Amino acid sequence: MCHQTVSLVARHLEENGIATVVMAAARDIPEHVGVPRLLHSDFPLGSPCGEPHNGPQQKAILEYAFQLLEHAFVPRTIVQTPFKWSGGDDWKNLIFTEKKDFLPPEEEADWLKRKESYRQLKKEGKR
Amino acid sequence: MSMYVRYIDRTRDYYLEKGYERSYQWAHFEDVPFTRLSKPLAESRVVLVSTSEIAERGSAEPEADGHQSAGGVYSIASHVPAEQLFSRTRSYDRGATTIDDVGSFYPTTGLHDAVASGRIGSLTTHFHGVYNTYSQRHTRERDCPEVLRRCREEGADVAILTSI
Repeated sequence: MCHQTVSLVARHLEENGIATVVMAAARDIPEHVGVPRLLHSDFPLGSPCGEPHNGPQQKAILEYAFQLLEHAFVPRTIVQTPFKWSGGDDWKNLIFTEKKDFLPPEEEADWLKRKESYRQLKKEGKR
Repeated sequence: MSMYVRYIDRTRDYYLEKGYERSYQWAHFEDVPFTRLSKPLAESRVVLVSTSEIAERGSAEPEADGHQSAGGVYSIASHVPAEQLFSRTRSYDRGATTIDDVGSFYPTTGLHDAVASGRIGSLTTHFHGVYNTYSQRHTRERDCPEVLRRCREEGADVAILTSI
């Protein structure tokens, strides 16, 4: 959801004269929404700007974002950073699968509660 | 190199498998706006906008109405150092990474370093956060204009946007 929100904001700022770059770990959602510039790092959700505690890599990724701002000349320009997740690619086979719940059960229950409350407000015309 | 994860497909299958009947309809646009830089980055004022539920340590929990499923916009002073910030989010890949280093999703330290080195001109006084909501209409019609207003108020030329 947060990739969709950030993509919608990028589009609105860009429509109003502010150049943007979206830094994201998920590539398909911003691409689907349609953003002007997307810097994709093929990392797990939570680390779109570099691996935790890897300052030099985070700095390098931010520099890619600057260069993308400077050099893109058409919308939908996507650059993938060259870094590989140091822990390997196993996470790609686990995320959002039956092998591993995205949220622990108690948090999923809380999420469902909030979702239901949103539906109710929408039904009442308050959303 | 293995292919990147297609989250739209993956989450649809995941929630269908769990018994949720309807899959989410993601926003989609054919036309994409584009603005060239109006001046060199070294002369530009940069704003950071994030959906990472970033917060200052010790700050109060946001009110329910401004939290998560309801959307909403808030701001944090850009001078607050990373050590005083944390994320309230639960939506990240806990099996693979952590959010205990703010720099991995909220590049405030990098942006301040970039000002110091002259790579970018300056930063806005505030950075902005946007809460997620299922309602694309609310994000588009209420939250996006509010982010724009706050960016304009502080003369932002360029926006760096980060998700989590």
